[in-house]
Amino acid sequence: MKNIKVYGPGCKRCETTETMVRDAAVKLGIEVEVEKVSNPRAIAMAGVMSTPGISVDGKLVHAGGLPDAAKLEGWLTT
Amino acid sequence: MSTQTHISGAPRPLPGWAWHLGVIAFVLVWYAMYSQLIPVSEWIVSLLPVDRHSHTGEALAFFFYDVPKVMMLLTLIVFAMGVVRSFFSPEKTRALLSGKREGIGNAMSAGLGILTPFCSCSAVPLFIGFVSAGVPLGVTFSFLIAAPMVNEVALVLLVGLVGWQVAMTYLFFGLAIAIVAGFVIGKLHLEGWLQDWVQDIHSGATDVAVPEDESLTFSARYRLGIEAVREIFSKVWIWIILGIGMGALIHGYVPEDLMVQIMGADAWWSVPAAVVMGIPMYTNAAGVIPIVEALLGKGAALGTVLAFMMSVIALSLPEMIILRQVLTMRLIAVFVGVVASGILSVGFLFNMIF
Repeated sequence: MKNIKVYGPGCKRCETTETMVRDAAVKLGIEVEVEKVSNPRAIAMAGVMSTPGISVDGKLVHAGGLPDAAKLEGWLTT
Repeated sequence: MSTQTHISGAPRPLPGWAWHLGVIAFVLVWYAMYSQLIPVSEWIVSLLPVDRHSHTGEALAFFFYDVPKVMMLLTLIVFAMGVVRSFFSPEKTRALLSGKREGIGNAMSAGLGILTPFCSCSAVPLFIGFVSAGVPLGVTFSFLIAAPMVNEVALVLLVGLVGWQVAMTYLFFGLAIAIVAGFVIGKLHLEGWLQDWVQDIHSGATDVAVPEDESLTFSARYRLGIEAVREIFSKVWIWIILGIGMGALIHGYVPEDLMVQIMGADAWWSVPAAVVMGIPMYTNAAGVIPIVEALLGKGAALGTVLAFMMSVIALSLPEMIILRQVLTMRLIAVFVGVVASGILSVGFLFNMIF
């Protein structure tokens, strides 16, 4: 099971990103645990500078703006 | 299983040349429509059962001309800036600024503040990212002041509604305030006034992760531009309508001699009053500039109006509440004080010159 963290203080794009991650996981049939990190301090400590950010199993793969759908599937499958 | 992927997946990406052609076609159509705005707005007002030269008629004509004009200008410029900004990122900006000396660092920081994609909701992570990478505090402030204040939305609306001279003036003095205020805050050495947890990061230099740099194709950059337009419209359209509505009321109903008395160049106290009034008002450039246009048209002094506009955009209560998480109240007070002094100076200077 993959652990996905979505970093974002609660702006609309961050929520959209979380939905995108969940949808992509369902579509690919991958079991994931999605965690939303919205505390600005926690976001900063994770080293994310532009939100929304996404990390997969502790590795930051994306920061700033909505992720590209194709790339998102790539991160989930590798 | 694969058929479903094809249906729900992204459409096959268009080749780069198709995007270029599409953008050129769009600009041509845009220009054709833009040149027809006055006749169309007059036509709409003529359909309504009001006298064109009455107060209501004046206000309506202003409204029906300004709303589409502002929307169209925004679409074009936000798209263009969305494409330009795809070449910049907070991570790159930070790399450029880290370890820069004050002075030149403040100037670079204010300039990059215009070009780097930034949303006030990520002000805190960005602040931490900068400070932890060794960007001096004052340089970080220059960025945080310039990023919201001098933006393409403000500049374009000023060019379109008020005139390019005022727009250039705003650009120049907006940057000057960001540079000088950041420099002053840096010289005060207030690192001890950050919240405790920030100071720990500051000295410990947390590792900041950077996702691998992905170089984008041009079609991806265009898509980012479109995304920026969509976002601007989902977020600011209500402010634009409200702002233009306010502007239309001022344009149609407020008598000129009253305005000259309250906001004219002779009323020295109007500048500080404009700054103080601007702080709790929270709107963005899109909402405030139609008001600025109407105020100037009624004889308000340029310095007073610029001070009001800068205060509304640069000193906003919500942003201070966000920054409260990294800054102590004392530091926020200094920040507001320094920026407000800068705005006051610009306001007085302009009322004296013009």
